[in-house]
Amino acid sequence: MLEGLLIGLQTALSFQNLLMVIAGCLIGTFIGMLPGLGPMSIIAIMIPVAISMGDPSAALILLAGVYYGAIFGGSTSSILLNAPGVAGTVASSFDGYPMARQGKAGKALTIAAISSFAGGTIGAILLMIFAPALSSVALLFHSSEYFALMVVGLSAIAAFAGTGQVAKAMLMTLLGLIMATVGEGALFNLPRFTMGVMDLQSGFGFITLAMAMFALPEALFLVLKKKEMSGNSGEISDLRISRQEAKSIAPVIGRQSLQGFFIGVLPGAGATIASFLGYALERNIATKEEQDEFGKGSIKGLAAPETANNAACTGSFVPLLTLGIPGSGTTAILLGALIALNVTPGPRLMIDEPQVFWAVIMSMFIGNLVLLILNLPLIPYIAKVLSVPRNYLIPFILFFTLMGAYIGQNNATELLLLVGFGVCATALKFADYPLAPLLIGFILGGMMEDNFARSMQLYDGVAFIWERPMTLGLLVLAAILVVLPSYRARRARLRAAGVADGD
Amino acid sequence: MALDRWIALVLLGICLAYGYAAWFTMDAGLAPFMKRAPIWPSTFPKVLSILGIVASLTILLGLENGEAKIGEIDYRRLGDYHIGQALLLLGLMVAYALCLRPLGFLFSTIAFLMLGSAILGERRWVIMAVVAGIATFVVWYLVQQVLGIYLRPLPGFIGG
Repeated sequence: MLEGLLIGLQTALSFQNLLMVIAGCLIGTFIGMLPGLGPMSIIAIMIPVAISMGDPSAALILLAGVYYGAIFGGSTSSILLNAPGVAGTVASSFDGYPMARQGKAGKALTIAAISSFAGGTIGAILLMIFAPALSSVALLFHSSEYFALMVVGLSAIAAFAGTGQVAKAMLMTLLGLIMATVGEGALFNLPRFTMGVMDLQSGFGFITLAMAMFALPEALFLVLKKKEMSGNSGEISDLRISRQEAKSIAPVIGRQSLQGFFIGVLPGAGATIASFLGYALERNIATKEEQDEFGKGSIKGLAAPETANNAACTGSFVPLLTLGIPGSGTTAILLGALIALNVTPGPRLMIDEPQVFWAVIMSMFIGNLVLLILNLPLIPYIAKVLSVPRNYLIPFILFFTLMGAYIGQNNATELLLLVGFGVCATALKFADYPLAPLLIGFILGGMMEDNFARSMQLYDGVAFIWERPMTLGLLVLAAILVVLPSYRARRARLRAAGVADGD
Repeated sequence: MALDRWIALVLLGICLAYGYAAWFTMDAGLAPFMKRAPIWPSTFPKVLSILGIVASLTILLGLENGEAKIGEIDYRRLGDYHIGQALLLLGLMVAYALCLRPLGFLFSTIAFLMLGSAILGERRWVIMAVVAGIATFVVWYLVQQVLGIYLRPLPGFIGG
């Protein structure tokens, strides 16, 4: 391994490749800030550039830099504007945006940068150690386990909901799942629930829905309540994180780097699930007082998804590099680029082209480091976005939501859908319905149905539920997650009513 | 009846309609060979519709009693807020969506940004025009020229 490391360092530290990392990180960060352009689209755009370079190591290093930059850039828009442009950063807006509104935008971005750095770096170390062994574990997960894993992810949403909110959160999740079934599914080439409307044939756009659920209601609320806009005070002096805060997020970062990485290794799970599960887990194991902070600007709640999604991104390279199976959309595009460069990822990659394998790993370290060095000094300027006068900021937020939805699809109907859903989402927000579960349900819905359908086909029925112990275990865990909060609430109510505990 | 229960009623209606479509209309057009498969396109929606109906009934009938709390905005007193501005902005967004293709990106966007600020009470027209112009052009340049995603810049009749 040491020899490999040295080969990697030698390749990655050449002048040209260092420039590639820096350029990639910068491009990724800036384009990633535009909501609507996620890592996948940016990498797709950069592919012609990468391929024309001809050197697979340099190309991969550039693309890895773009990838990390884009993820960080995506977090800035979800933290500052509550406009997550990428599914993986949706969870970062839960606590990042409240922090920004309390005038702690600088601190939030710093925490995001540090957690991303830690997640990415620890992920890369794990990748180095575990890549060969993990590839065989990933193969143990079949569609039925993926299905069960997603059910766990969705039921963990019960953890997002407070007392008396479980039914609402469940209903919103189901609504998201229902919306995911609109359009043509992957397994059945049959348009469903389109009501004959051509524009619905391909289903609702994720970005449209994300903008409609988060950015638009938020902007409307800012319009409705003219006076309070504390994020506007321009106070961004609070940049540093105190020793105490660092101490409280350190274990979160440690746990989430591990958890995120291992979720990322599973093909198909990826950064999105890792960030949601990471958020849910940290919320569940936090102390009672800290739990109340979640959703209102908890630093733990921001550090968890940020660490997890970066670690998971690194983890998703494991199946790509060791098996040649892309675990996510982004790695699928990377696979395409690699094949175009005459490198075939797979079990033989480490033997045939060790310099590519190790150069990628080294470039991950360098990419993360460069990202941290570049971004920490930039944070005060990025956070300045919030001190733009309100009369200009709000039209611009609205414009960027519209652009985000338009660029992806190039379809003006999408904009009408966006406004329509935005109004519905505002009404839901008035009535205190949580909106995040809807979006999570929508994101996971398609994958969940595909895996469900595949396991049904493999086992010719629902037998997979009890024939595969791991599936059964995960489903039981999901059931516990749903029942536990309402049981706890019931106990608390009974106790409040003066009924003695049974024990 | 509070707003959240009205919404639950609406969602119940949506779930019922969805369930009706899934249970009674979708399977008719199924190809014969697909009928032998263990899973049909309607299987997952069928499950979802039942769960959705149960969840919305739970809220509608108030089976899970939580305390009613007033959110960030009290919808019962909407008149106290700047509801007019919000509605105007929504209308502006719809107008933008409809104008984007026929009038071209540059013109629609400048108009959108300026009118948006104007609705919010800004009256310094020169600054607004400059800011909107620069921002529009930068975004257009970035999206069209750098990223290569086509945005029709000018109105159709000028040849954009």
